[in-house]
Amino acid sequence: MSIDVRGVSKAFGAFHAIRDIHLTVPTGQFLALLGPSGSGKTTLLRIIAGLDRPDRGTVFINGEDATAQSARGRNVGFVFQHYALFRHMSVFENIAFGMRVRPRRERPDEQRITARVNELLRLVQLDFLADRLPSQLSGGQRQRVALARALAVEPAVLLLDEPFGALDAKVRQELRGWLRRLHDEVGLTSVFVTHDQEEALELADRVVVMERGAIEQDGTPVDVVDHPATPFVANFIGRVNVFHGRIESGKAWFGPVVIDHPSPTNGTAKAEGYARPHELEVTRDETGGGLWAILRHASPSGALVKVDLMDTDGRLLHAEIGREQFDDLNVKQGERVYVRPRRLRVFAKETE
Amino acid sequence: MSVNVATASSPRPAGVGLTEPWLVRAGLTAIALLFFVTFLVVPLAFLFVEAFREGWKAYTAAIVDEAALASITLTLIVAAVSVPANTVFGFAAAWAITKFDFRGKRLLTTLIDLPFAVSPVVAGLIFVQLFGRQGWFGPWLQEHDVKVIFAVPGIVLATIFVSFPFVARELIAVMEASGREEEEAAKLLGANGWQTFRRVTLPNVKWAALTGVILCTARAMGEFGAVSVVSGRIRGETTTMPIQVEILYNEYAFQASFAVASLLAILAVVTLVLQTVIERRTRPVEDPPRPAELGV
Repeated sequence: MSIDVRGVSKAFGAFHAIRDIHLTVPTGQFLALLGPSGSGKTTLLRIIAGLDRPDRGTVFINGEDATAQSARGRNVGFVFQHYALFRHMSVFENIAFGMRVRPRRERPDEQRITARVNELLRLVQLDFLADRLPSQLSGGQRQRVALARALAVEPAVLLLDEPFGALDAKVRQELRGWLRRLHDEVGLTSVFVTHDQEEALELADRVVVMERGAIEQDGTPVDVVDHPATPFVANFIGRVNVFHGRIESGKAWFGPVVIDHPSPTNGTAKAEGYARPHELEVTRDETGGGLWAILRHASPSGALVKVDLMDTDGRLLHAEIGREQFDDLNVKQGERVYVRPRRLRVFAKETE
Repeated sequence: MSVNVATASSPRPAGVGLTEPWLVRAGLTAIALLFFVTFLVVPLAFLFVEAFREGWKAYTAAIVDEAALASITLTLIVAAVSVPANTVFGFAAAWAITKFDFRGKRLLTTLIDLPFAVSPVVAGLIFVQLFGRQGWFGPWLQEHDVKVIFAVPGIVLATIFVSFPFVARELIAVMEASGREEEEAAKLLGANGWQTFRRVTLPNVKWAALTGVILCTARAMGEFGAVSVVSGRIRGETTTMPIQVEILYNEYAFQASFAVASLLAILAVVTLVLQTVIERRTRPVEDPPRPAELGV
């Protein structure tokens, strides 16, 4: 069941939550909407669900125009950030709700409802809690009840708003893997909203990075990490070192580091270069042309050593180098090394 | 931060910082008790002493008196009409205010409290002006032979006006606190408006609604000012219990007056007891607080 969002905009008063969003989610995909709070990701999710009405644009679910339908008719499973379980109903009744409210002709009989609820309870591994009230459950258990409840109506698509936001780290880790398996087993098309990049990169087939109501980048987890489309994405995802320089005559200059950067305009512009910690080369060899920096701190982390350096302008740089390489370097705190980015993504800075 | 830590950890004799000196405690308790006794216990006791001054027989005689019974009946009729009306209104208003966004919402919320702010006498006068012989709708009503002022419909209208905030206020408070997500979840699961209300909203607010209904009933039965203006005090026809109490008192029938008044007092006590019971029944909500939507 595919989702197709075409030119959707939504404003709350003077605040433009999202502007002219286009997004297609093919059947079976697990997509993450990633962005800081206020980036419009929850608004987009609510519009897909039919909880909010777009000011402009259309949402198609499985090829059908869903904008005209209310949330009721869309057959969308939705898991709220705080689960929104019916607090006066038992776990069993929460899950059965979607079946019980169907028009009489379509409503399954009591036996079928019981069978289906029990099946879902087993799926979310909570069959021993059927009679409890939501207030008697832990956060992770509530989460799974919310999922079972959403799945009970056999939705075409599953939408999740910050599904792990309210859980502690260990439970979060467990549930992530479990949710991914569930998605694959049930054969869903899922979209989830998160501000946690790690979560998005680990879980999703595809990551859509949002900022200020617009899509900054849309790609695979590897794409957004290794080929950030904008400075925002480079900054937002993963740790990054920023170098300041300028673009002139087809090259980008960052002190002694010079990179080819063919630009359409021939003038000079300010530039920013981004390099991940593992893309920095740290050496004692001056010949390659590097920035010199002072070692501030080195901490071993698995096969790597995390190295904090300070360059001549007093800015901190973070590098990750192999253990052996670090030993070969034989450098002590306060000593001078050369830093050379192996890869640098250059963005011309918008001139005001 | 560091300042706070310093004060907190500075050495102090145990307990001294938390409790007031004995004299202050005793003083405050004494003042509270004195107030309680003077303004609540003594009047209530006095009321019952007076009501029973001439014995049980006189008491029952005062209550089964024709005019008194008529006033009791009228009071019950008025409450039976105005309380359900205000309950329906209260649900409609609370639902609209807490589950939807619309223009003028804040104004409506403020207007609901209007009957608390306006003197009941003024409210009564407004209805006289609207429906009285010289009022806006007076001529039309006369033509169709409908009597509102100095009749039961006027009393009902005035009572509805003064007692309408109770249910709405109780419900708005609870429904605001519980947010919209459960209703949204119900809708997404395919429930229609009525199913959502019946199965999700109502169970969450039933105790609050009941509290509102009880308070509303107490007010509807006890209202004097507004009703007094519109009733015309036709004995046995348009006198509610509070008005009957006043009429008897003005006629120096003190014992009878207090006997009827004692019924109102009993109503008040029953109201308080019911409210306490309900408050005990409503367990504290253990759900985590719902912060305003992040990532809008």
